[in-house]
Amino acid sequence: MKTKKFNYRIVDVALLIALFALVFLADQFLPTYDIKFKVLQKGAVFALVAVSMNLLNGFTGLFSLGQAGFMLLGAYTYAIFTIPNEARLSVYKYYTMTNSAGEEIGGLVQLVLPMGIAIVLAGLVAAVFAYFIGLPVLRLKSDYLAIASLGFAEILRAICQWKGLGTLTNGSNQLRMYPYFNSIMPYFLIAGLCIAIIALLIKSTYGRAFKAIRDDEVAAEAMGINLAKHKMISFVISSFFAGIGGALFAMYQNTIQAKPFTTTLTYEILLIVVIGGIGSLSGSVIASFLYIACSEWWLRFLDTEGVIPGLSRNGFRLVVFSAAIMVIVLFFRRGLMGDKEFSTERIVNGVKSIFSGKKKKTKEVE
Amino acid sequence: MNLTIDHILAGISAGGQYALIAIGYTMVYGILRLINFAHGDVFMASGLIIVYLTTAMPLQYAIPVVIIATVFIGFLIERAAYKPLRSAPRMSVMISAIGVSYLIQNLALYITGGLPQTYPAIPWISDSVELFGAVTKRVTVVTPVLTLVLVVALVVLIRYTKIGMAMRAVSKDFETSQLMGIKINKVISTTFIIGSFLAAIGSLLYFSSYQSVTPTSGAMPGLKAFVAAVFGGIGSIPGAVVGAFVIGICENIIKSSTEFSIFSDAFTFALLIIVLCVRPTGIFGEKTTDKV
Amino acid sequence: MKNLLKLEDVTMQFGGVVAVNNLSLEVNEGEIVSLIGPNGAGKTTAFNVVTGVYEPTNGRVSFDGKAIVESYPHGKMNRLYAGENKGVYKKHIVKTPDKITKLGIARTFQNIRLFKSMTVLENVLVAMHMRRKSNLFTATFMLNYKEEKANKQKALDLLDKVGLLDVKDELATSLPYGKQRRLEIARALATEPTLLLLDEPAAGMNPQETAELTQFIYRIRDEFGLTIFMIEHHMDLVMDISDRIYVIDFGKMIASGVPAEIQNNELVIKAYLGVSEDE
Repeated sequence: MKTKKFNYRIVDVALLIALFALVFLADQFLPTYDIKFKVLQKGAVFALVAVSMNLLNGFTGLFSLGQAGFMLLGAYTYAIFTIPNEARLSVYKYYTMTNSAGEEIGGLVQLVLPMGIAIVLAGLVAAVFAYFIGLPVLRLKSDYLAIASLGFAEILRAICQWKGLGTLTNGSNQLRMYPYFNSIMPYFLIAGLCIAIIALLIKSTYGRAFKAIRDDEVAAEAMGINLAKHKMISFVISSFFAGIGGALFAMYQNTIQAKPFTTTLTYEILLIVVIGGIGSLSGSVIASFLYIACSEWWLRFLDTEGVIPGLSRNGFRLVVFSAAIMVIVLFFRRGLMGDKEFSTERIVNGVKSIFSGKKKKTKEVE
Repeated sequence: MNLTIDHILAGISAGGQYALIAIGYTMVYGILRLINFAHGDVFMASGLIIVYLTTAMPLQYAIPVVIIATVFIGFLIERAAYKPLRSAPRMSVMISAIGVSYLIQNLALYITGGLPQTYPAIPWISDSVELFGAVTKRVTVVTPVLTLVLVVALVVLIRYTKIGMAMRAVSKDFETSQLMGIKINKVISTTFIIGSFLAAIGSLLYFSSYQSVTPTSGAMPGLKAFVAAVFGGIGSIPGAVVGAFVIGICENIIKSSTEFSIFSDAFTFALLIIVLCVRPTGIFGEKTTDKV
Repeated sequence: MKNLLKLEDVTMQFGGVVAVNNLSLEVNEGEIVSLIGPNGAGKTTAFNVVTGVYEPTNGRVSFDGKAIVESYPHGKMNRLYAGENKGVYKKHIVKTPDKITKLGIARTFQNIRLFKSMTVLENVLVAMHMRRKSNLFTATFMLNYKEEKANKQKALDLLDKVGLLDVKDELATSLPYGKQRRLEIARALATEPTLLLLDEPAAGMNPQETAELTQFIYRIRDEFGLTIFMIEHHMDLVMDISDRIYVIDFGKMIASGVPAEIQNNELVIKAYLGVSEDE
């Protein structure tokens, strides 16, 4: 193109600002019990977790299924360090202890951190665990890596439910009464910031190294890329953000328990990544909101008896939903975005080429 | 610890049931290099089907019908969800398997309404017997025996029949065997049919001793059976059987302790990770090197 | 002449198969040395030992006077070892391929291994990652923009030199075969090597392209001050370009010398006549 290019970047930025403005409005006008309110919160949480998984699975080519485990660590860390001391006695009622002054206290931890610090700590704890889990696991190849990381997530879940650590984790009982955001914006801001950092990382020279490892390990190593080190970086960073995602998830849920952090949760996140396109961050974000909206909101009507005579009743929504996912997995393997990122320029060009039809297409081939 | 003969017997029995599922994993992995995440759910589906069948027909008809139905499901999954992805990257096929697992579980949730379904008592094998001073169901005794008989039959099939030879060839080298004129799709279908058949038998035995079926009750036994397959060396049938018995027995010993019983599932994965780190090819597996 | 690469008694045994048997050779600074031999003679295996992909069963590889790889039969191999010179080497030095690349040995692959999701330019930039000054933090938050800019310029210069500048934004795998081979060389050069290992650079090329490649190799050697060690089957190219040639068959060295000596060597002719070539 010879003529001066219209800068579509400005439009992209404007769209992003508009999105946050909408969130701001939603916060003002939506009641907290509204399903849209919940969908936006949960969507933001899942967007972050899906993006963190995409960094590992999509960009570094490490097929890890441990995401639920790192979310669990983040959620627990956040909850344990933010429950107000006066509430601990009722939360940890089965695991009370006596302190040096002889008073009865709830649980081992009596330290209460500010929310912001607890969120970062949640990420750090997940990252530290990821480092030690990564040492043995990252040496494994594709499917063995998948099953071993899945195994670690299950082990973490069992440890969190273990009575022996009850004074820390409250055993298999709930952790609750910790502070949480009662609006949408903080979820968007935190998730947005984290996703932006991941996007920057992927754009950097490290991101290129990750993609090189994904494309061809042997060649990447021959080009001087330290495989063990770079896989570990990707794994630890991915887990760090999964941990933060876990903290946000804990807030979204208001109470937390080890039980829901099963492999099914990991599978759901993986399916979001696949729907969005493995190797596309914006795809993961869009897919998260679509996924959450479909499963929690848009397809709700399918669960109502009588909407489709004889078929629709409780649970039908999820059947339709998972069948739709199978269709994507089988026939639209590249997902919504393939490995491309969202940009207005691409959309405009796409629309243009539809209108100008054949002529443009043949030109592009040349 | 209150370890009794009960736990050991239960362990052997669980081991046999895991073994029957594990064979399905190990054979599919041997041929397609695919962790068939949906296999555990096929096993669960088999349990559900018989619950519904027994309301419509007597048990002696229901059992053969459920076996056929399970085999058909296994066959169908392969044709619908794996065959279209034959030339796709391995990760896509694995994702497809996860998708199928998700679909089956949701379907089961829809059909059952989320309520645990009571498994029908199968006469004779559900009867109580006394063994070494412990009272147990007959299924506990039947399982290991039946498992071993089926495994021997399978090994004979693989070693001495033409289709068995084809299977061995395909698991050694997928492309070359295709070039040699082996009908790859037939071999793969047979593998899924055998795997599902054994899963159906395993399901009969497993749910007879656990009594109720829920949509997620296939997930854990499925994963454990897969670990058993890895433990024994994936692709090796005797390996899967040995692995399954080891896991079944160890798990039940852990269950006998009230303090650590929460780790009975986690133990399986710990074992898996240790095996993968120390000897990634499992106890009976063969070593392979990547060609540069 | 300074000795740059030295292999001493290198033996590589897989199970019971001895792929490289007691191979000793030297490559001096500024030379172009070829390693030839029939298919399956163990040439690529020798390359893989030098670049750290395989740990040799026995022997030593030195680069610039320092041992970079050294091993002796241990573990199961202690019993199985079928090669010679057991007990001569006592040290166990294993460097991963990336460490060896960092020392200044770069390579290309027999079956082209470009990064398929990346553009031509990105393929070259990846190879510059190793010599970065930035760290994870500065790179993520774009505090290393000066280095990034300089690297990009360097990569563009390099692409210009190998004649791929006009396709810099194309996907690497969309290039025609000959250009892919060139890109592999450019990518290897971006790691700033002193020794370049070329694994069959002329494979699949017609005589015209092979002649161009000859000139190209001369050019990059002079321009980048390289020493070149290559595996090749095209005898025209080998005889034309090599200062010295080593011939191996069944993992064992059967001849070495300048091209004229090799051309008339009885053993070499016999080794080649018995085996049909891949072209």
